[in-house]
Parts: sequence; structure tokens; C-alpha cells
Amino acid sequence: MQKADIIKIVSILAFIVLAPVLGGLLEGIDRKISARMQRRVGPKITQPFYDVLKLFNKEYISVNKKQLFLLLSHIFFVVFAGGLFFGGYDMLMVFLSLSTASIFMILAASSTHTAYTGVGTVRELVQMMCCEPAELLVAVGFYLASAVGGIHYASLGLANDPSFMVKDLINVDKPAIMYMPGFFIAFVFILTIKFRKSPFDLSTSHHAHQEVVKGLTAEFSGGAYAITEIAEWYEEVMLLGVVALFFVTNNPISYIWAALAVIIVFFLEILIDNTSARVKWDLMFKASWGVILACAGTNLLVLEILPQVLRH
Amino acid sequence: MKSFHKSPWLLHYDASSCNGCDIEVLACTMPRYDVERFGIINTGNPMHADIFCVTGGVNEQNAPVVKQIYDQIPEPKVVVAVGTCACTGGVFKECYNILGGVDKVIPVDIYVPGCAARPESIIDGVVKALALYQEKHDKMVKEGRGLPEGE
Ligand code: SF4
Repeated sequence: MQKADIIKIVSILAFIVLAPVLGGLLEGIDRKISARMQRRVGPKITQPFYDVLKLFNKEYISVNKKQLFLLLSHIFFVVFAGGLFFGGYDMLMVFLSLSTASIFMILAASSTHTAYTGVGTVRELVQMMCCEPAELLVAVGFYLASAVGGIHYASLGLANDPSFMVKDLINVDKPAIMYMPGFFIAFVFILTIKFRKSPFDLSTSHHAHQEVVKGLTAEFSGGAYAITEIAEWYEEVMLLGVVALFFVTNNPISYIWAALAVIIVFFLEILIDNTSARVKWDLMFKASWGVILACAGTNLLVLEILPQVLRH
Repeated sequence: MKSFHKSPWLLHYDASSCNGCDIEVLACTMPRYDVERFGIINTGNPMHADIFCVTGGVNEQNAPVVKQIYDQIPEPKVVVAVGTCACTGGVFKECYNILGGVDKVIPVDIYVPGCAARPESIIDGVVKALALYQEKHDKMVKEGRGLPEGE
């Protein structure tokens, strides 16, 4: 086996094993900071693990036996997407697997046919409509940015072929954020939706928020809810990984900048969560599409034109 | 395992309280008492709840509601009656529509007296409920319940 293959396998395994630990701790930190912002003491940062352990030991009640299978498919595809990402595979595949995972989540929730999950699933679909374009555009943005970088450095013999592969995207000379700040803004914007943070926690919410009786997750009891939580931790780590990808270059020092950026974005999400009130779905829809078009769209245009300008 | 009493999620239901006890239940989650430091979350969903906090006596109309919510909470579960009304019917006991305390409809484990019950005593009642929760959980594990069918 080659060295690259070993690194690939190790990072995928590390993701599968460490992501739930990291994700759980992140949620614990999130709850602690939120509590401090509200002048409360807050729970221990290991609290999410206690919650999940407890949930696994509760009785499992469901009106539809398929629910558990659908939920397991959901977590499988989330882990699959994360594995692809940390294994250095195709960005498009990563985001498509993530969408597949969301579809399984929606199927699992709607399999019980109750009023609250009904409202929750419809809202989740709207949330997907808000997030999906940004995710795909970000993948395209990375592709184009690697191409621009290639042309720019062609004279120095450092040319990169444009690529969707994460393993190529971390091997660039200049951080992607230089070419795609607009994409970055759009991505951070939809992270608020993805992390189910206020003002966009419409389909289901966290901590003590009680929107539509937890909406999407209302009918998940015991272990089923624990699986949802763990899947969320995986997803959170993966998405923060994408944030880091904006800053990573072939220079090892860039990893420090990436970590710093992740911490800042994470803190920003908590701040937004605690300082804003939940909005209606149509406002969320307009706001996210507005931001995506204005930031990511403009950026895309520039990236498309820039190579031609540089060539002439 | 010892960790279960560290994460009790409450479901608060107002049967026919005067709202005095409800305000005290909510006061527990405010910065002064902050029950979240014990991992307690006030959830709105019976499917996620462990401890059922009922305030006020049960009346003719909501007796089936209380029963249904109780049935929707997965095992193990503990019921806490908060306030004198929830314990016995209290000042509303003689009303034509009041059936009496919560224990007229569902089995109650912990009674927290007081009109209104103080946040301190509510927290005390919940902590007592935790011990009972652990006990019920251990019993459930012994009987091998809790896993989905066929696993
Ligand atoms: S016990 Fe007192 S405060 Fe509580 S619901 Fe009854 S009358 Fe109101």
C-alpha cells in the first residue's frame, strides 16, 4: 500500500471514531456558552453524552417499524459523506450523499404520519431548498478556484488542474478563501440552517426550544432520537471541515488558520442563535436565496470571467 | 450505568392549575435556579420526556389528555405532582368539574406540596424523582425491556 492510501484510510477511520466524540463535545460547549450568554451556569460539557446514553436505555416506541431502518440509513449516509470528505474524495459526492441522508431523515419522520412531524417535514424540505443550492455552488466554487489558482501559477510551474477532489483542494498554493469569499459567506449563512440554529430552527430545534413539539424529531423516542443526535454530531464535524477547507493550503501553518476560522464560525453561530428570534419559512427562503445569489452568484461570475481576463 | 440520572428531561403539563405553580416550574429554568446545570431540560414532547410534571388538579375534560400524555412517555418514567392542587385538588377540590389530584387518573410517584410550590421544593421533588428513575430503569433492564422488537 502506498503512503497516500494509508493516510486516506487513517483519516476516514479517525473521522468515524472521533467525530461523534468531537461533535458531542462541540454541542456541550455550545450549550455551556449559550447558558453563559443567558447568565446561567449551564450543564457540563459532557452533558450530550449523558443524554444519548440515557436515550439508548429508554423504551423504543414507534407506530412504524420502518422508522428505525430509515434512521439507520440516514446515519449511514451522513457517515458516508463525512468519510468521503475526510478521505479526500469528490466534493460533489460528499454533498449529494448528505442530501440523500436528509431524504432518509424526512422519510423516517414522515413514516409516522402525525401532525407535528408533518409540519416538521414540510419545513425541513423548505430548509433543504435553502441549503442545497449553496452546497452545490460551494463545490463548483472550489473547482473553479482551483482552476484559477492553476492558471495564476502556471508561469511558476505550479499549475493545478481544476478538481473536485478534496485531496487536490487541500494541496493548493493559496487558500481558497482568496478566490471565493462570496461562497464562504453563503456557506456560513446556510450553516445556521444546517445546525438548526435560531432564527432558522424551523423544522426541529435544540436544547429547550420547543418549536412544533420538536417537529421533525417529535416521533423519535429513546434510541431513535439518540441516533438522530449522533448523526447530527457527524454532520456538524463534516460541515466544519468544509469551513476549514476554505483556509487549508499545502503549507502546514494554514491548518492553524483553518482551526481558528472554524472556532470563529462556530462561536458566530452560537451568538446568532442566542440573539435572534425564529423567523417564518418564507423569510428564511428569501433571505437564504438572496444571500446565495448575491454572494455566491457574484463570486461565481467573477471566477468564470477571471481566467479569461488573465489569459488575455 | 450511573449516567441516567444526569439527564432527566421534563414534560410540564398544566392540568387545571391557577398558573401559580406553572410560573414556579418555569422559574426553575431561569438563571436564578437554572436546572439545566443538572442536565434537566424542559422538553415539550412526551416522546422525549422522562419526568412528567403535572400542576393543578385534573378536571373532567383533560383527564383523557393527561392519560394519553402519560402513555406516550416511554419507560422508564416518573410522575411528579407539583403543588397542592396536583396532590389533592387543593382549593379547587370541591369544584363540580374537578376530579381531584393527579393520582385520580395516573399513578403519581412524587408529591410536591405547597401553594404555590417553591422552586426549591420543585427541584427537591425532581431530585427525588431521579433516584426513583434510576430504580425503575434498573428494574426495566433486569426484565429486558426497552429494546425495539426483534433485536
Ligand atoms: S397549588 Fe396553589 S398555586 Fe398551585 S395551582 Fe393550586 S392554587 Fe395555584
